[in-house]
Amino acid sequence: MAQTYRNMLVDPMVDNNPITLQVLGICSALAVTSSLQVAMVMAIAVTLVTAFSSMFISVIRNQIPSSIRIIVQMIIIASLVIVVDQVLKAYAYEISKTLSVFVGLIITNCIVMGRAEAFAMKNPPVASFVDGIGNGMGYGLILMLVGFIRELFGSGSIFGVTILETVNNGGWYVPNGLLLLPPSAFFVIGLLIWAFRSWKPEQVEEREYRIQTVESH
Amino acid sequence: MSDKDLETNTGADAASSNKGLIRRFLDTPPDNTSKTVTVAVALCLVASMVVSAAAVSLRPIQERNSALDKQVNIVQVAGRYEPGMDVAEAFADFEPHVLELATGEFTEEFDAYEFDDRAAASDLTLSTPLEDDPASIGRQANYVTVYLLRNDDGSLDKVILPVYGYGLWSTLYGFMAIEEDGNTIYGLQFYEHAETPGLGAEVDNPRWKALWRDKKLRTEDGEGELAITVAKTPPPQGREYFVDALSGATLTSRGVDGLVRFWMSERGFEPFLERVKAGEI
Repeated sequence: MAQTYRNMLVDPMVDNNPITLQVLGICSALAVTSSLQVAMVMAIAVTLVTAFSSMFISVIRNQIPSSIRIIVQMIIIASLVIVVDQVLKAYAYEISKTLSVFVGLIITNCIVMGRAEAFAMKNPPVASFVDGIGNGMGYGLILMLVGFIRELFGSGSIFGVTILETVNNGGWYVPNGLLLLPPSAFFVIGLLIWAFRSWKPEQVEEREYRIQTVESH
Repeated sequence: MSDKDLETNTGADAASSNKGLIRRFLDTPPDNTSKTVTVAVALCLVASMVVSAAAVSLRPIQERNSALDKQVNIVQVAGRYEPGMDVAEAFADFEPHVLELATGEFTEEFDAYEFDDRAAASDLTLSTPLEDDPASIGRQANYVTVYLLRNDDGSLDKVILPVYGYGLWSTLYGFMAIEEDGNTIYGLQFYEHAETPGLGAEVDNPRWKALWRDKKLRTEDGEGELAITVAKTPPPQGREYFVDALSGATLTSRGVDGLVRFWMSERGFEPFLERVKAGEI
């Protein structure tokens, strides 16, 4: 096998991050990153769904008719998502109250479908499982980074523990309201992509056009 | 596949006809039409079994969670909550009654321990459509569950009233605790909403909730008009009817204002609160 399991786990963190390099899964990254706790539960949920859906799809990959393969993948992913949602409702009720809507949207998360179609359909189950874990964690890493920045500067707390005492609670810190709204995640993710690509210039995409010099006549 | 291949295949099959149905099915190329249909049907069956097994087996825990969550909120809004306490035991002090809103009388038609407020609010026979609808709820339930909290000597301490209405993104569900005079607010607390964290979700901020303590619903002189207001500036009746709106959450504040004023009006709990005021409960 060309890739070792270690590479499969580590690559999606920085070198092939689903959010910063492939720019997938942005919509949920906007929605769930206003508090770290929610971001973490979402990251775990996506990691589990990606890993298990990739594994199950890989197990039956030789039996999936190519004409209905996308629907087959969707059914497997959707079933897992519903199971995750039910488990959250049973064992993490408080979190599921804020997260329920977004958990349902994992079905449409491009990362899950992307890994199923690009990796699990061609690779054995264990490798697909590891690949799913790796990509889920890559997604989770960015989610946590964005959540950290948004919660710290938007609400003055980390995991709900107050770090910067806000004016509302009689402290000194005036929270940045923009960071609590979804668009701010665009800015934060944009800056992260910039940082990643400055650090690893090979991630910069080649321009699709080249400025040509006009020949003089 | 050539004829020769077919022959050898059938020959092999005949030789090992005990190869089994499943093996033969797995060996069929996936793009065969009947295989496509079979795979689709089998997958749907398996997936639906997994999903329904999860839903059915976890439902009792989920229902317990949501019931417990509601109880915690009732105990909290009445100021009886301490972290780590036995909620079920504290909740046993609360006396549930199904109330007919229009008359303000308790009804024995339903079992108060079994009555489902949410289901009743959308049941066409148990609810009324609203024309003028400040809480944006569409239909109003005719019957709701209220909770009474009594002092040790049996006199009324507080009544806990369910309220709900639309904020910015979601319907806010909560409880309002009113003192035994039927006019003084003890607390307001929402147990379910999906407002913006940090802005509208500040309805859960203890500092904001504390603003409701000891506010009055109605003026005490004259006809006792409904004066409680959530706004940026106090109403003309004075500050004791005023709860400061949440900054950065105009629409949520407006929603809370609308739902409180609606539920405390004569279309809401006013007939019942009149009876509380008269000491009939």
